[in-house]
Amino acid sequence: MFDQCADPKTLEGLAWLWCYLSSGKHILFYLSFLTVLVLLAITAPIALLFGFGGALASRSRIAPVRWLGRIYASMVRGVPDIIFFLFVPIALDQGFEWLRAKAYCDPSVPIRQGNEFLVCPEAKLPLSTASEWVHQSYGIFLAVVAFSVVFGAFAANVLYGAMNAVPRAQLETAEAYGMSPRQVNRRILIPQMWTYALPGLANLWMILIKATPLLFILGVQDIVYWARELGGAKTSAYSYPHPDWRLYYFLAILVFYLLMTWGSERIFDRIRARLSAGQATAAGEAMRKAAT
Amino acid sequence: MSQCLQTIQDYGLRAIGFGENLLPRTGFSLCEQITLIGSGLIWNLYFGVLALFFGFFIANALAVAKTSRHALLRKPAEWFIFVFRGSPLFIQFFLAYQILVMLPRAGIEIFGLTVQTSWMTKAWAGALLVLILNTAAYSAEIFYGALRNLPKGELEAADAYGMTGWTRYRRVAWPTAMRLAWPAYTNEAIFLFHATTLVFFSGFPAFKQQGDSLYYASYFADKTFNPFVAYPIVAGYFILLTLGLTAIFGAFNRRLNRHLPGAGGKMRYRPNLIR
Repeated sequence: MFDQCADPKTLEGLAWLWCYLSSGKHILFYLSFLTVLVLLAITAPIALLFGFGGALASRSRIAPVRWLGRIYASMVRGVPDIIFFLFVPIALDQGFEWLRAKAYCDPSVPIRQGNEFLVCPEAKLPLSTASEWVHQSYGIFLAVVAFSVVFGAFAANVLYGAMNAVPRAQLETAEAYGMSPRQVNRRILIPQMWTYALPGLANLWMILIKATPLLFILGVQDIVYWARELGGAKTSAYSYPHPDWRLYYFLAILVFYLLMTWGSERIFDRIRARLSAGQATAAGEAMRKAAT
Repeated sequence: MSQCLQTIQDYGLRAIGFGENLLPRTGFSLCEQITLIGSGLIWNLYFGVLALFFGFFIANALAVAKTSRHALLRKPAEWFIFVFRGSPLFIQFFLAYQILVMLPRAGIEIFGLTVQTSWMTKAWAGALLVLILNTAAYSAEIFYGALRNLPKGELEAADAYGMTGWTRYRRVAWPTAMRLAWPAYTNEAIFLFHATTLVFFSGFPAFKQQGDSLYYASYFADKTFNPFVAYPIVAGYFILLTLGLTAIFGAFNRRLNRHLPGAGGKMRYRPNLIR
């Protein structure tokens, strides 16, 4: 990468360390932190949307829709989330390939042969001729869907609770003004529920941050993958030989996560103060008293 | 039917090393999957129950330390709780494994006695240690919150009776704190049991293919390329486990609240959801 790093064998001390930490593989390691952040940035809004759908469905007046919403919201209660993380990507992958097989393959060849799930090469996802980054992105895409489904269910729980916590009188007032149910939802219920939803959503964000290392289990080249890869003992066959340094790499990841959760906590404190202003809650009351 | 009984005999205790040595390689009947995944549940129970038991005592000590006025006691407790609650359990497992592997192979010499250390890298000890510390941190935060929310009147009443220090804590503060913390602690217990499924997916290798229920479920899913059987089975086991836990913790809750009017009613887990 840098000129002075051309021959690492001649380097000593800090110069060696500097060259070591800026080697090509380490750049990939640093980029994988971005992968985590991108996953968080994409997953959080989608999960919130899923949760929104789930919560509104659980309040629906049409019974089957309500049941679906309730089942979706309660599915994560009794079952460990990691089971969903393992199940959803495989199930989705097979679902896509099955659909493609119906379209592109010879229908006389069965897809399930004994214990094998086989589709013709044209139906493979991604195609075996596709480049490495397509495989990686497809893996990340499946991970995003799995995370969104699971955290959407958590969010549905939180939002459903928050919607029920909005004082009934406020909704009745809106009805008395002649608003239709949709108008009540849009103008009163949804703006007013956030202060009740925030503690739960903040918790959820923390859980989401702490769930991101599970990307490793899904086969994505994330920070855990690179920490294991780079930290493992390197013989002199490598340009930068070193003993087993995985401990230090994992310590770095630990610090990264501590900073993430600590920073998020600070930000949530601010949002909490903003949303509590003028609300009919203990926090809102305390703010009003402090102001006068 | 008799074939299934044979399977149960072969694989019922496979997860702890009894019965058939080889895992099923072909066929993978429903009975084999249910038996083997159920046998893996022994490990989930082992980790969950022991971590909960030891974690409970550590959590109480930590919660008291965190309420202490002396920085020497309070700071370490705060940091311990922050580190374990602020980082992913998955990373904690990896990190702990790396640290435990660094212990000298031959054991440590203390006063001429050699203390063996290699067993610490095994999942049954190493992962259990991590789970104990992890649940201790989470529970400590719950207990700390309860200690801060003790009704002022009860403490003043204790003062009026001349109770101080340990007596006041044991007779007034602690029982009420437990009562207040119990619904949240129930949740923590459920999450802890869910977290035990992570053990064999993190740093700790499964010894002789003796793993937990999710380990066997993913084994079957990998071999049969069919996630629609094995994962629902393990999910079903966990729903049963969660229901069982809720029942047990509910019984504790009734006992803790037995002096209150309206005791014996159901515990409210989700106070926000129902107005």
